[in-house]
Amino acid sequence: MALALQTFPTVKDANAALQAAGTRYLGGGTLVVRAANQGDVSVSSLVRATEPSLSAITVSGGKVRLGASVTMAAIARHPELAWLAPAARAVGGPAIRNMASVGGNLFAPAPYGDFAVALLALDASVAAEDGEVPIETFLAGRDASRSIVTSVTFALPRQESFRFLKVSRIKPKGISVLSIAALLERADDGTITSARIGLGCMADRPMRARAAEKALLGCRLTRGEIAPALAVANEGIAPITDPVASAWYRAEVLPVHLGRLLLA
Amino acid sequence: MAKVPVQFTLNGSEKAEFIDSGTTLLHALRDKIGDTSPKGGCHQGTCGACSVIVDGELRLSCLTLAETCNGAVIRTTAGLAEGGVLHPLQRAFLDAFATQCGFCTPGMIMAAKVLLDRTPSPSREEVVEALSGNICRCTGYEPIIQAVLSAARSNSQNVA
Repeated sequence: MALALQTFPTVKDANAALQAAGTRYLGGGTLVVRAANQGDVSVSSLVRATEPSLSAITVSGGKVRLGASVTMAAIARHPELAWLAPAARAVGGPAIRNMASVGGNLFAPAPYGDFAVALLALDASVAAEDGEVPIETFLAGRDASRSIVTSVTFALPRQESFRFLKVSRIKPKGISVLSIAALLERADDGTITSARIGLGCMADRPMRARAAEKALLGCRLTRGEIAPALAVANEGIAPITDPVASAWYRAEVLPVHLGRLLLA
Repeated sequence: MAKVPVQFTLNGSEKAEFIDSGTTLLHALRDKIGDTSPKGGCHQGTCGACSVIVDGELRLSCLTLAETCNGAVIRTTAGLAEGGVLHPLQRAFLDAFATQCGFCTPGMIMAAKVLLDRTPSPSREEVVEALSGNICRCTGYEPIIQAVLSAARSNSQNVA
C-alpha cells in the first residue's frame, strides 16, 4: 500500500488538501483504509483533521450535535444518548465501534451504514465545510461530495418515540439483512401524528419508507391498524443482493420486521 | 514514498521508527518493530486477528495508520507475560483448549483483556459480546468463552 497521510489542525486546511485528485478523508479508517488494503488504487493519499470539535458530543436545548469524528462507542456509552445506543451498537464489533465514526457512516454503502439509517429517521442535518443540508439531500449527493463533513445535528426526540431494529443472521454481530429506524410521534390516545421511517439495505444507501409513513398517520399501533402501512412498505425499494441475502428475500421480510418494530 | 517518524509506547517500552507514510499499525508492529503477535488475517476489519489495545481501547491494527498512534500507549499479546509467567488469560486459554491453530488467539486475548480490565466479573453474554468482532474457525468459540470466564474467576479469587 502506498498512501500518504497529511494531518491538519483545522478542517479548513484539510478540506483544501482534499481537493487533490486521488485524495480521501481519513475518519476512523474502517472504510478508506479497508479500500486501500483491498487494492483500491483510486486512493493515493489521505487527509485528516484533528480539530477538537469533530470529536465532541453536545446535548443541550433539545438538540443533539455529534461531531463527525465521534465514534459509535462514544455514542453507545453517552448517558444522554442511551435511546440511540442500539443504533450505535449495531455497527460492527467492539473494535470497529472504537474506530467507526458518524461522518464515515454517512458514506458507508449498503449493507453497512446502519447508524445513518437512524440519522435519516431522526431528520438530521449534515454540516460540512460548504454548508448544512438535510440528511436526505446529503445522502443523495454523497458520491460527489468533496467537502469534509463536520457534524450532524438533530432534535432530541421525545421519550420512546424512537425505535431501531437491525436484522442479521449472526448474533450478536453480523452484517445487516436490513435495518429500520422509526421516529413516531403519537397523540394521547395513541394515534400516530407523525412518522418518519428510515430503511437500510433497501437501496444502495439509506432511504425513507414514505408510503408506509403516510399510511401510519392516524393509526394506533395495533396489528389491524398498521396492516395498510405494512402492505405499502415495499414501495420504492430496490434492495441490494449480497452474500447475506438476495434482493427478493430482503423485500419479502421487510414488512414482517417493520411490523415487529411497530408492535414492539 | 516519504518516511515519517512515529513514536509510541509498546508494552511498556518506548519505540521510535521511521516508516512509509500510510503504513498500517499492523505492518509497523510486525515488519518494523518485530512484534508478530498481532496477525494479519483479512485486512478488512472483519476477523479481529490484528486486534491490539491503543490507549486502553481495542482497535484493529490493520485499519489503523501507525502515524495516527503517535504518543499512544499500545498493548499487544506479546507483552502480557511477565518474567516468563503467562498472563491469567493466556494460562486460561491453554487450560481450556481454547487455542487450536492459534491464529485468532492474540486478537481474542486482547479483546478479552479489554473486557476484564473494565468488567472483572463478566456474564457469559458480556463475554460473547466482547469477542463478537473476532472470528475463530477452529474451536466453535465455546472453549474460548469458557477460558475468558475462567480467567475472570481466577482473577477474582486472586483479588479476594
